[in-house]
Amino acid sequence: MKWNEFFVTGQPLIYAADVSIVLTVIGIVFILTYFKKWKWLWNEWLTTVDHKKIGVMYIISAVLMLFRGGVDALLMRAQLTAPNMKFLDSQHYNEIFTTHGTIMILFMAMPFIIGLMNIVVPLQIGARDVAYPYLNALSFWLFFVGAMLFNIAFVIGGSPDAGWTAYFPLAGNEFSPGVGNNYYAVALQISGIGTLMTGINFLVTILKMRAPGMTLMRMPMFTWTILITCVLIIFAFPVLTVALALMTFDRLFDTQFFTMANGGMSMLWANLFWIWGHPEVYIVILPSFGIFSEIVSTFARKRLFGYKAMVYSIVGIAFLSFIVWVHHFFTMGAGAAVNSFFSITTMAIAIPTGVKIFNWLFTLRKGKIRFTTAMLWSLAFIPNFVIGGVTGVMLAMAAADYQYHNSYFLIAHFHYVLIAGTVFACFAGLHYWYPKMFGHLLNERLGKWTFWLFMIGFNICFFPMYFLGLMGMTRRMYTYSAGLGWTPLNVVATVGAVLMGIGFIVLCYNIYYSARYGERDMTGDPWDGRTLEWATSSPVAHYNFAVIPEVTDLDAYWRMKKAGKGFEIDEEKLKPIHMPSNSGRPFLISIAFFFAGFGLVFKWFTLAIIAALFIVLGLILRSFDDDDGYYISVDEIKRTERLTGKGA
Amino acid sequence: MKQKMWKWVSLLPLSLLLLLSGCSENMLVLQPKGPVAKTQYDLIVWSVGFMLFIIVVVFVLFAVVLIRYREKPERADYEPPEEEGNTLLEIIWTVIPIIIVTALAIPTVKATFALEKPVKKEVKPLTIQVTAANWKWIFSYPEQNIETVNYVNIPEDVPVKFQLTSVGPINSFWVPQLGGQKYAMDGMNTELILQADEPGSYMGRSANFSGKEFAHMEFEVLAQTKDDFAKWVKEVQQTAPKLSKKKYETILQPGIVGRMTFSNTHLAWIDHTKQNRHYMNSDDGINR
Repeated sequence: MKWNEFFVTGQPLIYAADVSIVLTVIGIVFILTYFKKWKWLWNEWLTTVDHKKIGVMYIISAVLMLFRGGVDALLMRAQLTAPNMKFLDSQHYNEIFTTHGTIMILFMAMPFIIGLMNIVVPLQIGARDVAYPYLNALSFWLFFVGAMLFNIAFVIGGSPDAGWTAYFPLAGNEFSPGVGNNYYAVALQISGIGTLMTGINFLVTILKMRAPGMTLMRMPMFTWTILITCVLIIFAFPVLTVALALMTFDRLFDTQFFTMANGGMSMLWANLFWIWGHPEVYIVILPSFGIFSEIVSTFARKRLFGYKAMVYSIVGIAFLSFIVWVHHFFTMGAGAAVNSFFSITTMAIAIPTGVKIFNWLFTLRKGKIRFTTAMLWSLAFIPNFVIGGVTGVMLAMAAADYQYHNSYFLIAHFHYVLIAGTVFACFAGLHYWYPKMFGHLLNERLGKWTFWLFMIGFNICFFPMYFLGLMGMTRRMYTYSAGLGWTPLNVVATVGAVLMGIGFIVLCYNIYYSARYGERDMTGDPWDGRTLEWATSSPVAHYNFAVIPEVTDLDAYWRMKKAGKGFEIDEEKLKPIHMPSNSGRPFLISIAFFFAGFGLVFKWFTLAIIAALFIVLGLILRSFDDDDGYYISVDEIKRTERLTGKGA
Repeated sequence: MKQKMWKWVSLLPLSLLLLLSGCSENMLVLQPKGPVAKTQYDLIVWSVGFMLFIIVVVFVLFAVVLIRYREKPERADYEPPEEEGNTLLEIIWTVIPIIIVTALAIPTVKATFALEKPVKKEVKPLTIQVTAANWKWIFSYPEQNIETVNYVNIPEDVPVKFQLTSVGPINSFWVPQLGGQKYAMDGMNTELILQADEPGSYMGRSANFSGKEFAHMEFEVLAQTKDDFAKWVKEVQQTAPKLSKKKYETILQPGIVGRMTFSNTHLAWIDHTKQNRHYMNSDDGINR
């Protein structure tokens, strides 16, 4: 292989990216060395098994990926602004929409949600960590190296270019001979394993580690949605694992599972992909529902209306999410009976979702609504998501879907549900729980600027796309001719995208500004919260709770405050707290995964095998690991608690 | 101030709607020119009605709740009541969506079944084999023994059975004004029945991404009067060149080609719906 096949060449944009990557790496290395932070990085972050720090790392990665995916989006919008643009050629455009989709779903939405759940769920259930802290660190690092492996594709070897759905036979060797789709298969596999382990970890955590008195029906709504999401992950991700493995075999070892010859069946890929893919979108939307429930309830100062119905509807949505996958290809010609069945199951999802919308509205009713930034995101979710939802029902109508399928109508729909659902929830959750992560609040004024810019930009960008779809514009077109009348709406959409980009920049500035000047949260409960995470200090002590709280009802912390005492810690009752030890092994194993993956991508099997041996070595060492953690002494707990003002 | 902002935000989609009414003549899906597209158009309009109803109900409730129950200085000492829920209300907003979904599901299922069969049972349908290749559309008329590339002529008021297949990636055959799409897939034979009510030129394109030049996979459907169509067929049969195996191979090479017309079809020597499974290894020299 020649060097110009290894590195991507010939594109000014790519050279600029090369330069900026090199400069960033040099910059990071310099700063770490200059400020003597290497040890800090290793001890505090790379080896941590603390769910809060892991959550923070997930969110930082997600924000970085949001930047990458957002740049991809802006490049696409630039190319589509006017007909016959020469800004990107078709190959480059195809790579960009592929990485945009894959990154936004798997490396932005998922880790953002998983980051929030890492930080919040143990706090909400009154636990000191997750069930398997070591596994949790491994989950994160596997996700992270998967994301990094996917991200280097565009400078080393070339990006995947068959769409985030990677439909065969297009994604097979015959039509995509480069290494791009190898990256897709391997990187998704690595981070997918991480996600699967997260699902198992949090299922066990929620089922086994709740504070005394917290029955399932007293769990905060966010925890409920995470519990159900874990079930979805555990059932859905193995399908992706298998599908990606078959894809890897097809691409690396010339098996014929999805190819055009020797009995291969390309439609099998589409089916497997969406059997995972549809639950996947609920994996990112159900936790969002949970986040909105928490925030709406807090800032309306009211208990969540119809808690039980909310729980049942999540369960209903989760169940239905497994029997709707064919609606992604009604046009495959499966026949009227099959299409009708999947049409009806899909439309049925509107019923539990409708119940949730009305329950949120009635939580607000008779409330005392405070318009904080977190609340603005949550409120804006309702009308925007309803637009996405009703157009989803329209898409669910098989006979009509033949006219919407793969058009910009579809693009508009899923951005309305994924952005107004998941992205709004991530931003809402970020503002809401930020003090729990860093001890200070995000600036509200800048937060509101971000909100208005992003929300208005979002509508300007995506609403016209419904009509572009009806005009016959299909997704993934890198250009279009002038006579079709698509230009005005495309210009409008680009303006909206730019506004969203500005909103994102304001958000990043806000993170910097608030770190320097933001209001410190001395109380641990800046929003007058209802659930147990607000009973802890901000930022949360390493061990979360000096004493495990007792729960008597929903909104446990609210009850305590209503009873007039808040969450009191009786120093007499303090006992030494058992905590898991840090370990560098999850990080090192994941590095080995990275090299194994990289070896597979380029078919350098020697490298892959050597790296795989390191992975096995890591597993063996873990099996003989008899470090079962350490104790934090009562004195140290007392000191920490007095410092944060929570202690007596 | 915030209240005003919210009102403005809720008006945003509506204002866009007004802006868009200017370009409605471009909305091909809403300009049906055949019974299939008309069936789908009716279904779309029927569903849009319900959807607008839902949107209006939610938006109004949303606005009212936000305006009435926002934190105001004059109700500073107001403390929201503790309410767990309301079974009656919750039943109501479960039942209403069920009714709406049912009202949408019945015509959907009816239409989905209806679209599988030709509308006009008394007219013998015209069969056209459609082959998607990188990145062109090949139309074979087995009964007329003619073949075209990147355009297809059809008679008006006659159901046309498009039998779709592909010699490469999955493409989707879509002529918005005549009706919704269906996939053309390797080794498969899917059928899409369309019909044009009036003569005219209709844009068709692939709706499923198939690689580099996918954006250029456009074709024209020209609906003609029956006489004009018969005349055209005759002319092609008499004047168009013959398609040779060799020529066909060059057409299948990845790339963009212009319009072509032939007085025979490739079906004489290859049926992609059957042969895809094997011909990778056979020596008939087809090279995609």
